[in-house]
Amino acid sequence: MTDLIKYTAADTAAAIASGQVSAVEVAQAHLDRIDAVDKKVNAFLHVDTEGALAAARAVDDRRAKGEELGPLAGVPLALKDVFTTKGVPTTCGSKILEGWIPPYDATLTSRLKDAGVVILGKTNMDEFAMGSSTENSAYGPTGNPWDLSRIPGGSGGGSAAALAAYEAPLAIGTDTGGSIRQPGAVTGTVGVKPTYGSVSRYGLVAFSSSLDQGGPCARTVLDAALLHEAIAGHDPLDSTSIDAPVPAVVAAAKLRDVRGMRIGVVKEFAGEGYQAGVMQRFNESVELLRELGAEVVEVSCPSFTLALPAYYLIAPSEASSNLARFDAMRYGLRVGDDGTRSAEDVTALTREAGFGPEVKRRIILGTYALSSGYYDAYYGSAQKVRTLISRDFDAAFAGVDVLISPTTPTTAFPIGERADDPMAMYLADLCTIPSNLAGNAAMSLPCGLAPEDNLPVGLQIIAPAMADDRLYRVGGAVEAALNDKWGHPLLEEAPAL
Amino acid sequence: MPGITREEVAHLARLSRLELQAEELDHFAEQLDVIIGAVARVSEVAGLDVPPTSHPLPLTNVMRADEVRPSLTPEQALSGAPAAEEQRFRVPQILGED
Amino acid sequence: MNLVSYDDAMASYDPVMGLEVHVELGTKTKMFCGCSTTLGAEPNSQTCPTCLGLPGSLPVVNAIGVESAIKIGLALNCEIAQWCRFARKNYFYPDMPKNFQTSQYDEPIAFNGYLDVQLEDGEIFRVQIERAHMEEDTGKSSHIGGATGRIHGASHSLLDYNRAGIPLIEIVTKPIEGAGVRAPEVAKAYVAELRELIKALGVSEARMDKGQMRCDVNLSLRPHGREKFGTRSETKNVNSLRSVERAARFEIMRHATVLDDGGTIVQETRHFHEEDGSTTAGRIKDNAEDYRYFPEPDLVPIAPARAWVEELRAALPELPRLRRARLQGEWGLSDQDMQSVLNAGAVQPILETIAAGAPADQARKWWMGELARRANESGTDLSEQPITPGQVARVCALVAEGKLNDKLARQVIEGVLAGQGEPDEVVAARGLAVVSDDSALGAAVDQAIADNPAIADKIRDGKVAAVGALVGAVMKTTRGQADAARVKDLLLQKLGAA
Ligand SMILES: [Mg+2]
Ligand SMILES: [Zn+2]
Repeated sequence: MTDLIKYTAADTAAAIASGQVSAVEVAQAHLDRIDAVDKKVNAFLHVDTEGALAAARAVDDRRAKGEELGPLAGVPLALKDVFTTKGVPTTCGSKILEGWIPPYDATLTSRLKDAGVVILGKTNMDEFAMGSSTENSAYGPTGNPWDLSRIPGGSGGGSAAALAAYEAPLAIGTDTGGSIRQPGAVTGTVGVKPTYGSVSRYGLVAFSSSLDQGGPCARTVLDAALLHEAIAGHDPLDSTSIDAPVPAVVAAAKLRDVRGMRIGVVKEFAGEGYQAGVMQRFNESVELLRELGAEVVEVSCPSFTLALPAYYLIAPSEASSNLARFDAMRYGLRVGDDGTRSAEDVTALTREAGFGPEVKRRIILGTYALSSGYYDAYYGSAQKVRTLISRDFDAAFAGVDVLISPTTPTTAFPIGERADDPMAMYLADLCTIPSNLAGNAAMSLPCGLAPEDNLPVGLQIIAPAMADDRLYRVGGAVEAALNDKWGHPLLEEAPAL
Repeated sequence: MPGITREEVAHLARLSRLELQAEELDHFAEQLDVIIGAVARVSEVAGLDVPPTSHPLPLTNVMRADEVRPSLTPEQALSGAPAAEEQRFRVPQILGED
Repeated sequence: MNLVSYDDAMASYDPVMGLEVHVELGTKTKMFCGCSTTLGAEPNSQTCPTCLGLPGSLPVVNAIGVESAIKIGLALNCEIAQWCRFARKNYFYPDMPKNFQTSQYDEPIAFNGYLDVQLEDGEIFRVQIERAHMEEDTGKSSHIGGATGRIHGASHSLLDYNRAGIPLIEIVTKPIEGAGVRAPEVAKAYVAELRELIKALGVSEARMDKGQMRCDVNLSLRPHGREKFGTRSETKNVNSLRSVERAARFEIMRHATVLDDGGTIVQETRHFHEEDGSTTAGRIKDNAEDYRYFPEPDLVPIAPARAWVEELRAALPELPRLRRARLQGEWGLSDQDMQSVLNAGAVQPILETIAAGAPADQARKWWMGELARRANESGTDLSEQPITPGQVARVCALVAEGKLNDKLARQVIEGVLAGQGEPDEVVAARGLAVVSDDSALGAAVDQAIADNPAIADKIRDGKVAAVGALVGAVMKTTRGQADAARVKDLLLQKLGAA
């Protein structure tokens, strides 16, 4: 029991259930690891030592009483700081929410607690999930455990880095334009954006309501599936929640067989801007899938070239409205209330002081796109693009079971490289955005290291809405074959911290 | 597509209640001009006869029964308030009318 | 400013009005969360993450809110949308927790209807309805430190969000043209009729004094003969029927004064003042006002099933105007009498008294007489009097049975109002039964004849009408408890004039 922190979630839960190890020991091992490495990584904004140990003790007590434990009972988890946690600070990586302690739990938080999952703390993120590098956090950037001078992706860089740094075997992210998948890709971990509407958004602090989706992050496909099943399912508190059974993702992850599946390679996700080593590993994955018995064909989704522009109108528009509530009246930061200033001025001063540059940029962009004179040309057109993208997906899925592409055009870039070049930064989400616009499911899993920089490359698998199980079937098979080939999981090649 | 001027950015900042600094105005105007130039491509489809998608999934009629659920306590409601008085949120003087 | 007279204004201009009425629904819970809507709760005790706009919270639509909106739409002869959405109306205001109002924009649930209103002379005026849509109320702010609790001069404000999120239906008319000099009367009659309708539907108590129904009066003038509308003013939150009429009237005179002077009307919101019936300028609507509406992504579209809509249509109550006409016929009242019944709020009590067995004329007599007088004196509603329609009906029955006369009946009602129990109990306790026993009355009748020999002679001579004076005398000596009809018979019998 020496390397508790290297256990998968599945093995950890089994070890706790069989009494080989206590949940408290597991929690403590991870808290110790956080203590040891997080000063360097900065994956956590808040570590809830007391809460984690109490939750672990509760699991041990239930086991002692002979109660049936769920499949993730006692497994530690790192929660993106965008979900509310009753009694535990929630900042969304923003100064404007510094010190805010929500009086309620997100539905996802309650489900994790009910499953006996031990929440270690809240992870760092781009402010209000706006970014692809976690550099936009008001609390400093997170380092990529593969190379601390590089970005861990974003916005959920804290969650992905916590996994890659063995600070937690499970984490939660949210994916609005790729914020689960892109961090997964650049940290050599697994990240899944479930079908929009399958994981409740109640208690997820909204960035872009029609795009945001919470999802599982893990080091293995099976662990992601176990977490997926724990958090997905209908929630009457979220009007956009799907009232249908969750696809059997755990069973699919265990299947490890893609024979007879039809897989489409999206033609548009290649070419200029795609790093050679990324394309090399991606092409090897295509070959691997053929070897495993899948039929691979090329498909074209011409409207995908408009996905990025549409996204950068829709997401900021919704954000400009969603973030209006941060006005210094009811919660959060208040600046400039010296008894002479009006509420209006205090709101404007607080928002100026409390929001970082990327958030302000997007609020202004969104305000612009929704303005009466521009609405049709911008927001209205972007919503039409959304329809076209959905149609492209529908046409593609008429012929194939899943689509595949690189998750990101490049591997992790150095911290600071794109910080003040929004357009360059936005390119990181080129391949992930279409699934957010259409609402379907997608996964990223590691498919090797790019030869030129020895950094992880992500393979993206995309499935139709409510066919999330296909992601796990393909992902599980690819993961098993690659681990066989390498003789170990990719993450073991990461340098020690 | 037209670009965006510094004055427009200032107007948008007022609408969105952001007290931007002068340097920020300059910087944002520059960046937003580039971004808007790039995203304006979507207007290519403005003339197409395609229905807009506001929601990714075709759900309708999600409603709840008119049944009372527990509220927060006033203490919980006010727990995050920057200032409170008489069990109410205390805010600076309000200028606008309505 | 010296205003031109109303008549002078009307001589030059033609008023065009638009009325926007907000109705707070009487649902148990708010529009988008399960918080209670009970009035008078302690501050911020009926709030949750959703209606406080806490980060992460989400709305879920109240089904009864939608049902009420459809009922209102149907009663206003509107089309009901096959498919509609909520939209966000974005603007900052501290009483609005999310800094956007969840409302409806270009896809209202009900549209294109009309409401027929009856004017004082009986004429029916048709007001066209543009739309009725669903939205949510704001919180309540109290302004502290100012002289009058007003926003100006206040040092700070205190916010209570109990009201935030209470369902509102906003009902907007099309421009009301052709009302001419009667525009203010039409405005009042429309709001009054709408209020009756809302109450009849049972979707709200629509008490204007409690803010459950609020009216914005938009008004513009154009010179006679011109088609194009003038610039309008928007007088906000006019909160009584009388004020609606006064506000419209004042704005007509004010606009005329400005226009006569060669000035221009500014498009602005105005505030109405109860004290003197005037309005004063509020916020000027500049171009900066841009609500940036867009479809609410946190809510999915509403597509009311046609079967549901038809079910609601079939269950609509009789519309107030038709019901009033029917009752007037049934009760055999003149227009004027019916109007006073309406003004007194006596329709329901009378109906219930009739339902409890009283004849219509008797029921009306008591409610409109004794009880209306008392309600008036105490400044309370007729329905708030401590007597039930069943009790009034019992008094009517006692009168019909001859056990009480009107004078005694009045005393019984007095007793019931004073909390002395049921009518029969009051009768027993006060010994109020009518005396119709001949032997008991005989002495009093003889006495009256003896005391008034001259009158007695007149009657003997055939002037039967004079018997009233003797009846009066008998009633006096029996302290009103005699059966007057029996007394009259006995007198005539004894005087040989029967
Ligand atoms: Mg409204
Ligand atoms: Zn509430």
